[in-house]
Amino acid sequence: MSDTETKAGSTGTNGLKAGSNLEKVFAAGHFAVSGECGPPKSADMSVIVEKAKLLVGYVDAVNITDNQTAVVRICSMASGYVAQQNGMEAIMQMTCRDRNRLAMQADILGANALGIKNILCLTGDHMSFGNHPQAKGVHDIDSVQLIRMYKDMRDEKRFQNGDEMPVAPELYIGCAENPFGDPFEFRTLRLKKKIEAGADFVQTQCIFNVPKFKKWMEMVRAEGLHQEIRIMAGITPIKGAGMARYMQSFVPGIDVPQEIVDRIAAKEKGAPQQEEGKKLGAEMIKELAEVEGVAGVHIMAVEWEPAVPEIVEMAGLLPRPKLS
Amino acid sequence: MITAERKPFEEILELLEGKEKVLVAGCETCVAVCLTGGEKEAEILAAELSIKAKEDGRTLDVDHISAIRQCEWEYLDAIAEKVEQYPVVVSMACGIGIQSMAERFPEKLVLPAVNTNMLGMPQEHAVWIERCGACGDCVLGVTGGICPIVRCSKSLLNGPCGGSHDGLCEVTGPNKEEIPCAWQLIHDKLIAQGRQDLLLKVTPPKDWSRSNSGGPRTMVKEEAKPV
Repeated sequence: MSDTETKAGSTGTNGLKAGSNLEKVFAAGHFAVSGECGPPKSADMSVIVEKAKLLVGYVDAVNITDNQTAVVRICSMASGYVAQQNGMEAIMQMTCRDRNRLAMQADILGANALGIKNILCLTGDHMSFGNHPQAKGVHDIDSVQLIRMYKDMRDEKRFQNGDEMPVAPELYIGCAENPFGDPFEFRTLRLKKKIEAGADFVQTQCIFNVPKFKKWMEMVRAEGLHQEIRIMAGITPIKGAGMARYMQSFVPGIDVPQEIVDRIAAKEKGAPQQEEGKKLGAEMIKELAEVEGVAGVHIMAVEWEPAVPEIVEMAGLLPRPKLS
Repeated sequence: MITAERKPFEEILELLEGKEKVLVAGCETCVAVCLTGGEKEAEILAAELSIKAKEDGRTLDVDHISAIRQCEWEYLDAIAEKVEQYPVVVSMACGIGIQSMAERFPEKLVLPAVNTNMLGMPQEHAVWIERCGACGDCVLGVTGGICPIVRCSKSLLNGPCGGSHDGLCEVTGPNKEEIPCAWQLIHDKLIAQGRQDLLLKVTPPKDWSRSNSGGPRTMVKEEAKPV
């Protein structure tokens, strides 16, 4: 296939790859906002309905996690579908831990047929962190290979084995990157690989250490990567000093500076700490939005979705654009 | 080498419940080197079983023997006379040896006394570390001689995941031991070798059909077959 044909295949007549709301928000030059919903650990889908309704009008799309931290929950496809039925565009997360390449391709075709267009390609937390540590991890392909597989399905109308399909899925392909993982200098190169593999947008691991993130962005800009991919800075509002300390000590790949813990801990437990957490979140969003190359923010309010509308408002990101 | 660990004594006793005549069979190759199932360990297990039977007031006729390699017919032939005297054989060889024993002596009940766990090496005295996944499609030539298939907890082929920190994997081992991040090691090694370009290459999905995902494997060397 020639370059021209590849390009024609990768973008529709409107110049968009999938035409999701998230893609349109970026394309129209807006600063994008995404949220995150964890499906419930039971068959109670009303949890997703409630979380989705809470976020409509405050975020442009919402991540639906895929057995996050290796704990079984309602699957991201069904939850994403229900979120979209309730007016909230989904970003369906897909980990390499639980599915092989057959299941990953089958699921993305199914999800796309149900109207889901945004997909976030992840390696996934290891089984040992979750509630089924005896499970066999799949890891047939890795997240970089997953991105390329979906890009080829969309742009080349080809399955991973090279077989052609008559109708390609419409996908806006996302990935994650952790600016605080090691080896630090490889983190920009890994993003570069993901761009080369076909990622359209990236959400970063939650940022608490802003100076280190800025240093990472300098490296990203030096490589010109910010012009090749939409970068969404990850934010996790802190609900209390206990949570900050927990993340500081126990969550892999997260870097929480002591002054953040101290700032929250200086307030009284409960509502005052929560208020400070929201305020800090909004301040950080404003600061990150000023960083050259940051195209949006991804707010991961873990089991604290009700805080998101207020934080978005405090950060001056309302109203969200309505695009047809 | 193939490494194995002895099963808990209670589990071995359970497997042998009601058995009165038992031969413990060691193997002098891999399991002897990893101090699990050689002649000495076979003798020790036989003695333990004998003592336990006496304590419990049971009759148990138990002896031990060891083959040079339980995974080869000729070495099984060498211990056949002894094996023939016992209806039950407790094998301390790796899974390959146990199956060879069961196939060579089909009328015997052959039971495992060890758990075969990995293809590893003694990193230091009495410490063995997994080194090879026998995936059938070796990538060591482009990964600085460090295997990402078994040394990365997620078998990644395109660099470290977000959980790599301070040179360590986000996963801790079954015995809570720290695991070095294989991709940190690969990264450092390739840079030291001046081969950092390899880190930027998007490695395509692996052909797992060459591992046991393709079904049990058979290797045939036509040129070595007897004419």
